[in-house]
Amino acid sequence: MMRRDLAFRILARHVGDAIVVPVYQAAQEWRAIQPDHALTYYSIGAMGQASSAALGLAIGRPDKRIIVLDGDGSLLMNLGTLVTIASQAPKNLVHFLCENGMYEANGAHPIPGRGAVSFAGLARAAGYPKVHEFNELDVFESRITSLLREDGPIFATLKLVPGDPPPQDYDFIHGKAAREVFRAALKR
Amino acid sequence: MIGGGQILDQVAQAGVEFIVSVPDITTSAGLLWPIVTDKRFRLIRVCKEDEGVSICGALSYCDKRALLLIQYTGLLDSINAIRAAGCDYRLPVCMMVGLLEKEPGVPPTKSARFGVRIVEPILDAMGIPHDLFELDSDAERIAPAIDRTYRESWPMGLLIGRRI
Repeated sequence: MMRRDLAFRILARHVGDAIVVPVYQAAQEWRAIQPDHALTYYSIGAMGQASSAALGLAIGRPDKRIIVLDGDGSLLMNLGTLVTIASQAPKNLVHFLCENGMYEANGAHPIPGRGAVSFAGLARAAGYPKVHEFNELDVFESRITSLLREDGPIFATLKLVPGDPPPQDYDFIHGKAAREVFRAALKR
Repeated sequence: MIGGGQILDQVAQAGVEFIVSVPDITTSAGLLWPIVTDKRFRLIRVCKEDEGVSICGALSYCDKRALLLIQYTGLLDSINAIRAAGCDYRLPVCMMVGLLEKEPGVPPTKSARFGVRIVEPILDAMGIPHDLFELDSDAERIAPAIDRTYRESWPMGLLIGRRI
C-alpha cells in the first residue's frame, strides 16, 4: 500500500501540462499538493462521473493528456464507463483508480467487494489495452515516466491508504472560480 | 409529422459535431441509424445516459457542441448528473429525448404513461427549458434551441413526441 499524498507528490512531478480530473478526497489531496495546477477539472457532485467527463475532455482536446484520479467507490457507480472508454480508445487518457476500499468522504464505510474485486481485472475485461497495478511507491516512481508517455487508454490501480487528512477546500472545489480557472487555462 | 432528415439538418446547422447516445426506439430508425453514416457527426455510444451528460458538459469546455440523444427513461436515470454538471456547474447539455409510447398529438403531461407525464414537470422543477417536437413545422425551432443551450450555458430538453 502507498500513502496517497506521497503517490500524488510523485505524480505531480510528472504531469506537466496534462489535464487532471480528480474526485472527492483525491481532489482535496491534489489541491493541497498542486493548488496552482490550473488544468485541474474537479469532478465533484455526481459521484462516478469523473472518467466520463475525462473522456469528453480527451475527445475534445486530443492534443492534451488527460489524467483521471478516480475513486473505487466512484468507479463502482459508473462501471459502464470502462466499456465506453475502451470502446472510444482515446490515446491521451490515463485512468488512475485510487483504491482505498472505502467511501472515505462519507464516513469511511467499506465499498462492496472490498478486497475481493479486481479493478484492474474489470478494466482489462472491459477492453483497456494497458492495465497496471501499483502498491509500492518505489515501483510507481520508477514506472510513472514511461506510463505517462504510452498511448492510452491506460488504466492503473493505485493501492492507497490515506495519509494525513488534506484540508477540505470544498468552497473552492465546488465554486465558480475553480471552473473559470480551468476554462481559462484550457484556452491558453 | 416531423422527419429525421429535418431534425439532423437543424442539428448540423447549430454546429453540433458530436452525438452522444444510448439507443431509443422512438428515434432509432429516423435519427440514430442515419447518424451512424452521416459524415457531419461523430457518434459516441455510451453504456448509460449519465455518462453522456458528463461527456457533453466536458466537450463544451473544449468549444465543441454535442447532442445527447436518449430515451426519457435515461433522462430520469440521469437527473443527478444533469443537476450537477448542467445546473450546479452551468454547463450546456442539450438533450434530445424520445418520449417512448407517448400518444401522438397528446401533450406529454396528459399521456396515459406515468413516466411520460412526469418528464416536463421534472424539467420545470429543475428550471430546464424544454420544447416538444412532433410536427413538420416544429423542426425549425431545433437549431435555435441548441444555440440557446450554448449561449446560456444551461441544459435544454428537446422532446421528441412521436416515433420517427
